[in-house]
Amino acid sequence: MLDRRLNKILSVFEGEKGDLISILQRVQEEFGFLPEDALAAIAEFLKLPPSQVFSVATFYDYFHLTRRGDHLICVCQGTACHVRGARDILEMAEKTLGIKSGQTTPDFKYSLDRLACVGSCALAPVVLVGDDVHSKMTMKKLKDVLTTNRDNKESETG
Amino acid sequence: MKKPAPRESSKSFKIDSPESLQLFKKSIVAGESATGKEVVICCGSGCMSSGSEHVREAFVSESKQQGLEDEVTIKRSGCRGLCVRGPIVVVDPDDIFYQYVTKEDVPEIISETLLENRVVEKLLDEDPATGKKYLHEDDIPFYKKQKRVVLKNCGRIDPTSIEDYIKVDGFQAVAKVVSRMTPEEVIEDIKLSGLRGRGGAGFPTGIKWETAGNAPGEEKYIICNGDEGDPGAFMDRSVMEGDPFSVLEGMMIAGYAVGASRGIIYVRAEYPLAVHHLSTAIAQCADLGLLGRDVMGSGFDFEIKIVKGAGAFVCGEETALIASVEGRSGQPRPKPPFPAIQGLWGKPTIINNVETLVNVSRIMLNGAEWYSKIGTETNKGTKIFSLVGTVRNVGLVEVEMGTTLREIIYDVGGGIPGGKRFKAVQTGGPSGGCIPEELLDLPVEYETLANVGSIMGSGGMLVMDESTCIVNIARYFLDFAQHESCGQCVPCRLGTKQMFKILKDITKGEGNPQDINTLFYLAEAVKAGSICGLGMTVPNPVLSTIKYFRDEYREHIHEKRCRALVCRSLISYHIKEYKCKACLKCLQACPVDAIIGAKWQVHEIDQTKCVKCGTCMEVCPSRFSAVECVSGQVIED
Ligand SMILES: Cc1cc2nc3c(=O)[nH]c(=O)nc-3n(C[C@H](O)[C@H](O)[C@H](O)COP(=O)(O)O)c2cc1C
Ligand code: SF4
Repeated sequence: MLDRRLNKILSVFEGEKGDLISILQRVQEEFGFLPEDALAAIAEFLKLPPSQVFSVATFYDYFHLTRRGDHLICVCQGTACHVRGARDILEMAEKTLGIKSGQTTPDFKYSLDRLACVGSCALAPVVLVGDDVHSKMTMKKLKDVLTTNRDNKESETG
Repeated sequence: MKKPAPRESSKSFKIDSPESLQLFKKSIVAGESATGKEVVICCGSGCMSSGSEHVREAFVSESKQQGLEDEVTIKRSGCRGLCVRGPIVVVDPDDIFYQYVTKEDVPEIISETLLENRVVEKLLDEDPATGKKYLHEDDIPFYKKQKRVVLKNCGRIDPTSIEDYIKVDGFQAVAKVVSRMTPEEVIEDIKLSGLRGRGGAGFPTGIKWETAGNAPGEEKYIICNGDEGDPGAFMDRSVMEGDPFSVLEGMMIAGYAVGASRGIIYVRAEYPLAVHHLSTAIAQCADLGLLGRDVMGSGFDFEIKIVKGAGAFVCGEETALIASVEGRSGQPRPKPPFPAIQGLWGKPTIINNVETLVNVSRIMLNGAEWYSKIGTETNKGTKIFSLVGTVRNVGLVEVEMGTTLREIIYDVGGGIPGGKRFKAVQTGGPSGGCIPEELLDLPVEYETLANVGSIMGSGGMLVMDESTCIVNIARYFLDFAQHESCGQCVPCRLGTKQMFKILKDITKGEGNPQDINTLFYLAEAVKAGSICGLGMTVPNPVLSTIKYFRDEYREHIHEKRCRALVCRSLISYHIKEYKCKACLKCLQACPVDAIIGAKWQVHEIDQTKCVKCGTCMEVCPSRFSAVECVSGQVIED
């Protein structure tokens, strides 16, 4: 399964060293994270030592080596959001979901992340749930967003 | 809806000479709808998050319903800058500027403005003091003091339509360059214009190009730096999203001037819309023969590809960026050799910022002399800032170099809302500094800002009022710096960590009197012992805040007081007994059940449970205002 999906991605590349980051990006798009087996296979494909592939995969914030949640909640920590209390919002989100930023809930429903500036500074502070931008967040709104999201998802699945 | 020119026809058609470009432009103008009626909906990131896509859909379906689809063109545009008033809709030909448009307003705009030529008053901008309404963009104070050179097309053209770009003189500059000028003449013009790099350092673009042009070797590269790492800046993003063709045109001119046939745009992975618009633009250019072999019959070949970043601030630094494009970890290397001599794959490489390259297109279109008349003696042209923080008109502004900070913040930005006092303005993001009120009359130039301990940077401008804690801001930027240091240089890796730790302690009320000196000492060490611009500049936010706001540091350290009421360990919330009406609002809202009380029983906060999130203050009805927040003083309950 992994092999087939991975080979399909690799087949578009010619195996040049400069392709490493683009390959990792495509693999992450496909699998949602970078499975360890995939990293080894990529190293072989590019004729690079696995250590170099791991070093690149861990250097960049964009890449994740563990499985992520179905829903990604991102709390913007850009300057505009920061001066409007984004740190409190992040802490509250951590508390509500019971995980730290960068982590995933044990049921793989949610991952929480911080990110820098989504360009919606006029509406600061903002929280992204998937692709939806929730603007002018307050503690109360955050609670509503997180709980309605939870309920919706639960009723959808249950 | 009518498209200006049918795209099908361009499939076989190639623009293979400057003359054919003129012909193509004429055919677009001839094919325009006779009424000239156009609805332009801003779909920049700001307006999008306010729901402009719903507004656009409403326009499409409503105009169909009213049978107007052949008379009215409905198009998306890039950012108009006034993000705070979004979604913004402009109705042409009369250039009527509507703000805060919702989809419910759409039927009225169509029946009133488009059909009856009447204005929908309630959607116009209004001067809060005089009640005067503004009909056109140019009348609105926010735009009046701006000079839109780089942002000229942003918000006016459809960024996914090459026809729209060609209509506003698109590719005329590159046509002129490849058909009538030698590479040396182009470089000479850029030198004459006085253009300096907008990526932060302000290095003269012409000199950089000359170096790469003279460097030996057949293979050279042009890289457009669209990494935009400053966490409060969205200028380059808006330009790439709103006017991608101008970026491509600038790169083509650079390629011709230095003899490069390959261009790369390095874009942050977090900017999917920019990637989408740039790739669309590249494909449309290739379709028309504007990119590829023998551009406009001149013998000049040029191709452009996009490389997506992977989320590392340091990759904005040019040598780290090159490492990243080569598929390695983004770690900078010492300079020299400079990339202009030895860059990507060891070949001479020009790295220019997005805004720099758009400036190049404008200069080659209008002439170096025209450009050199804008700005000041040593700082030519304009600069875009993303004006954010506690300022009324949050958004994207472009002003002539030499405009004062006060003019930007008060005339363009509309001043500080909510009757609060201005405290400081931070320019240059993590590499910049905080500038206090006394220095607001400073003209914006590379040197003046550097002289007061800040930098121009790429254009982040954060306005802060008295409710912002200066120590907390320094801590914020150092947190960012310690996280983003690539780790090669020990002083940068460990120094920023220690500085962050000290600042964290100070904001937690655990600072000690030596801290300020230690911070100074560490800052100097980090600056001196780092190989790249990150380490050399990230102490700036700390140094500048100590320089201008030492008192606030002292209060935190000695009095355990945060006057802005931001640092949580130093504040406490209380309910004023005589004001509390026991309405239960806060009691129910408190996330940790720290509020004691009941109906008819005045509420009280259990300080041992309180996590100081401020929810109680947020929900307490303003007519009661029973919750107060204090720092550094004893409260009598
Ligand atoms: C830590 C660091 C981050 C940088 N980030 C950016 C960036 O996001 N965008 C940019 O254009 N330049 C950035 N630069 C500046 C680039 O190294 C380079 O000077 C610039 O892209 C050159 O283009 P210009 O001459 O057009 O300004 C950064 C520099 C440093 C040291
Ligand atoms: S100064 Fe910092 S970011 Fe720059 S190379 Fe050294 S460790 Fe890396």
